[in-house]
Amino acid sequence: MLKYANPTNFLALAARLIPWLAGAAALALAVGLYLTFFVAPDDYQQGASVKIMYLHVPAAWLGMMCYMVMTSAALGTLVWRHPLADAAQKAAAPLGAAFTLVCLVTGSLWGKPMWGTWWVWDARLTSVLVLFLIYLGLIGLWQTIEEPAQAARAAAILTLVGVVNIPIIKFSVDWWNTLHQSASVFRLGGPAIAPSMLWPLLIMALGFTLLFFTLHLMAIRNEILSRRLRRLSITAAAAEDPEVAGEVFS
Amino acid sequence: MSSPLAALFGRELRIARSVGGGGAMGVVFFLILVSLTPFAIGPDLNLLSRIGPAILWIAALLSTLLGLDRLFQADADDGSLDLFIMSSTPLELVVLTKCAAHWTLTALPLIAAAPLLGLTLGMEPAALAGVAASLLAGTPALTLLGAIGAGLTAGLRRGGLLMAVLILPLTTPILIFGVASASAASGGTVPFHTPFLILCGLSLMAVAGAPFAAAAALRAREA
Repeated sequence: MLKYANPTNFLALAARLIPWLAGAAALALAVGLYLTFFVAPDDYQQGASVKIMYLHVPAAWLGMMCYMVMTSAALGTLVWRHPLADAAQKAAAPLGAAFTLVCLVTGSLWGKPMWGTWWVWDARLTSVLVLFLIYLGLIGLWQTIEEPAQAARAAAILTLVGVVNIPIIKFSVDWWNTLHQSASVFRLGGPAIAPSMLWPLLIMALGFTLLFFTLHLMAIRNEILSRRLRRLSITAAAAEDPEVAGEVFS
Repeated sequence: MSSPLAALFGRELRIARSVGGGGAMGVVFFLILVSLTPFAIGPDLNLLSRIGPAILWIAALLSTLLGLDRLFQADADDGSLDLFIMSSTPLELVVLTKCAAHWTLTALPLIAAAPLLGLTLGMEPAALAGVAASLLAGTPALTLLGAIGAGLTAGLRRGGLLMAVLILPLTTPILIFGVASASAASGGTVPFHTPFLILCGLSLMAVAGAPFAAAAALRAREA
């Protein structure tokens, strides 16, 4: 495990894993979408619009899981000061923002025919919106601080502060009376959802997770490469003009 | 241990009172925000008295955060921050003291002004007391959360706006329970003490946790 903390070994591992992960993600998403559209039954009340669930729910899970991945990476940054953890943090923020946005948009599209409104200010929707805003704030922080290691530490602290929002999202449907329905898959007493709908949902969730890991690995790889490029260009500039080197490295 | 912190507290007050300190700016900003709202909404006193607690809370939130980006900026510029970090007094206590001084200078006048402004919004006496009490209980949490953002953005160009973007989403629970307890004071189905105690709890959590996060953010600036 420690061997792959070395960025060079990590790049080699990522190069081997990415094609397999991408293939598996494409396969799971293809099967999941087929099951969603041609096998899973329509809801007796909601009709075909229940199919939005197969995008909405995995996107919501991934939006939260991505934050937990980012939190683990933030601990790696603060405790071990590991550059790979910095890259993992930075790569996760836009992905999490994207999944959360997909969750919000599909939820809104689903809410219009079912609840009669695009948006309600209830606890679940608001806390997911706050998650989205935290992702945007983190991206802003990454873009503002120029020194990568310093940006990573600042983002790690903010990530750890913002993690209080994750249990709030998870339990918001239990703590408050909301329009959003409560958990029906991961709950005590087993899933309260028919197997004919549960299986397509789980396969879609698997596909989303594989897609996330594929994109995350690719983004970490790009981040490592762009850092190397930055270092090389500084070294090259330093070789030409020693005074620049003094300024950059001081 | 207490005397360096007392000296720091006094220093903060003196700096804010001196020329260029801008200590009173927050309460003036609060006044302007509250008095602009009726122009946007219209002078309907029934409506204004109903949403009065919300107006006062939003204005308090924004004007508390307004001065906070300067909390560590001047110290970072002139090097005092490095002295705080190196001193034997824990940085967490320094942060807490600076927050206490900032709260005394910006939030306390604002809490005193809030009932007067509430009168102009046609609020009932019970609601005025509720707003003042909820601001008294909630603004420490706002200041301390803001200190985390101030620590993260100290020494950055364009730090002010970024700080608001980072911290405002996290202030949502304080705003919710602050407005809830202020509204509950003037009647309604929820008893006043339920949201008020949660608000107090949020402030106590911020006192316990935020100085550590802000101090970590300040130390993270060093390579």
